[in-house]
Amino acid sequence: MTNYSKKQLHILLLAASFVLPMQAIGSTLKAGDTSLQKWLLPGEVPQPDNNKMTPDRVELGKMLFWDTRLSGDGNMSCASCHNPLFGWSDGLPTARGSKSKVLGRASPVVTNTAFNAMQMWDGRKKTLEEQAMGPMEATVEMNMDIGNLFKWIKSNKGYKTAFDKAYPGEGINQSTLSRAIASFERTIVSNNSPFDQWVKGDAKAMSKEQVRGFGVFLDQNKGNCAACHGAPNFVDNGFHNLGLASYGDEKPDMGRFVQLPLARMKGAFKTPTLRDISLSAPYFHDGSAATLMDVMQTYADHGYVEGNISPEIDSINLTKQDMQDLVAFMEALTTPPKPFTLPILPLD
Amino acid sequence: MKNFIVVCCCLAFSTMANAAEFTVDQKDKKFTESEMNIAVGDTVNFRNDDPFSHNVYSLSEAKSFDLGSYPKGESRPVTFDQAGQIEVGCAIHFDMALIINVK
Repeated sequence: MTNYSKKQLHILLLAASFVLPMQAIGSTLKAGDTSLQKWLLPGEVPQPDNNKMTPDRVELGKMLFWDTRLSGDGNMSCASCHNPLFGWSDGLPTARGSKSKVLGRASPVVTNTAFNAMQMWDGRKKTLEEQAMGPMEATVEMNMDIGNLFKWIKSNKGYKTAFDKAYPGEGINQSTLSRAIASFERTIVSNNSPFDQWVKGDAKAMSKEQVRGFGVFLDQNKGNCAACHGAPNFVDNGFHNLGLASYGDEKPDMGRFVQLPLARMKGAFKTPTLRDISLSAPYFHDGSAATLMDVMQTYADHGYVEGNISPEIDSINLTKQDMQDLVAFMEALTTPPKPFTLPILPLD
Repeated sequence: MKNFIVVCCCLAFSTMANAAEFTVDQKDKKFTESEMNIAVGDTVNFRNDDPFSHNVYSLSEAKSFDLGSYPKGESRPVTFDQAGQIEVGCAIHFDMALIINVK
C-alpha cells in the first residue's frame, strides 16, 4: 500500500472535495464541457407535417393572437393573458376571464411551449393546434360564439387575404385558424440566455454564484431540480403534486387527475419550463409564490400539504445560500428580450 | 369431479411452466421497448433505472393496472392473463409509451 505524507494526504483530500460533488451530479461545471451540451435546445422548433412555419402563417397567427374581436365581449385576445410584457403570462396569481372573472389557475407562459409534448397545466391538449381554440370556446375565458366568429372573419377582407396567402385553397375554418395561431406561438422561443452562452463555452457568461446555483440545481442531494426540470427545455413533460397550500382546500383543484384518474395524479400539474422564468412572476399553477425565492422556500419546506407530494421533493436539502444561488442561476436562464412588433389588424 | 380437478391443476401447472418472464426498464424517461409480443400468462417486470420516480399503468380493456410510483432500482411485475393489445404508460411522464401484444 502506498505511504502518503500528511501533506500529500491533505492535497488528496482537498482534491477529492472538488471531485466528489462532480460525481454526485454527473456533469462537469465547466463552460463548454461536452456533458453540458444536452442543455442546448434544437436549432429548429418542432413543427407538424401539416403546418410547417411560413412567414405568412406566422403573420396571420400574430394578428389572430392579438385580436380582441375573437372574444365574446370584444375585449380579450390571447395576448390578454399571454402578454410579452409579463413574460408571455399576465403578472397575476391566477387568470382573469370573461367579465374579469377570477379563474382557478395561473396563465401558463407560451415561451418554448412548442418544444413540449403536451399543453395546458393538466396536459389535456397535446399540440398547440389542438389547444388554440380552447380559450375562445370556454365560456369562462374568451366566451366567443364560434359560429359568429367565423361568420365575422369570413366577412373581413383583410383576414380573407391573409388566410388565402397562409393556407391557399384551405379556407377559413377552425383548422386553419388554429394552425395559424400555433405557427405564431412557435416563434416565441427563449434559447439565447447567459446559460446557453456558458454551455457553448463562454466562461464569463455566468457569474460564480450562478454556476454554483447550477451545481445545486443538478445535485440530487441538494436541489434535485433536474429530476423534473430536465434538459434541454427545463421540463420533464410530466406532472407533479408539490404539496402547495391550495391542495389543502376543501375542494382542491385535482389537476391532471381529472384527465387521468390514477392516485399519483391527484393535485399534480405540468412541470413548467424555467427558461425566461424570471419574467413571469408570480409562480406555480395557483400563483401562490410571489417571487423565485418564495418558490425556493416552498421546496426547502418540502411542500405544505401531505398526501400525494412528488417523491422527488423529499430529497431536497437547501441552505439559504443554496436558495440564493439557485435564484441567481434561474436569472441566467433569461434570453435578452428583442423588440417586438405589434401587428396591424384588418378593420374590414 | 376428482378427475376434473386433477385436469384443471395439470392445465394450470402446464400454463405456469410455459409462462415466460420479461423485464422492461424505464431509462432516460423511455421504456427500453416500444412494442413487445408476449403470450397469455407471461409476466413483465417493470424496472425503474432512472434517478427519479416513475409510474407504470394501463387503462386498456385487456389489462388495467396501476403500479403506483417507485424509485430507481425497484421493479414491479404484471402478469398478463388475457389476450389483447395493452397500452402501457407512465402517468408522471406524458410521452412514455409501450405497446404489449398479448397473444
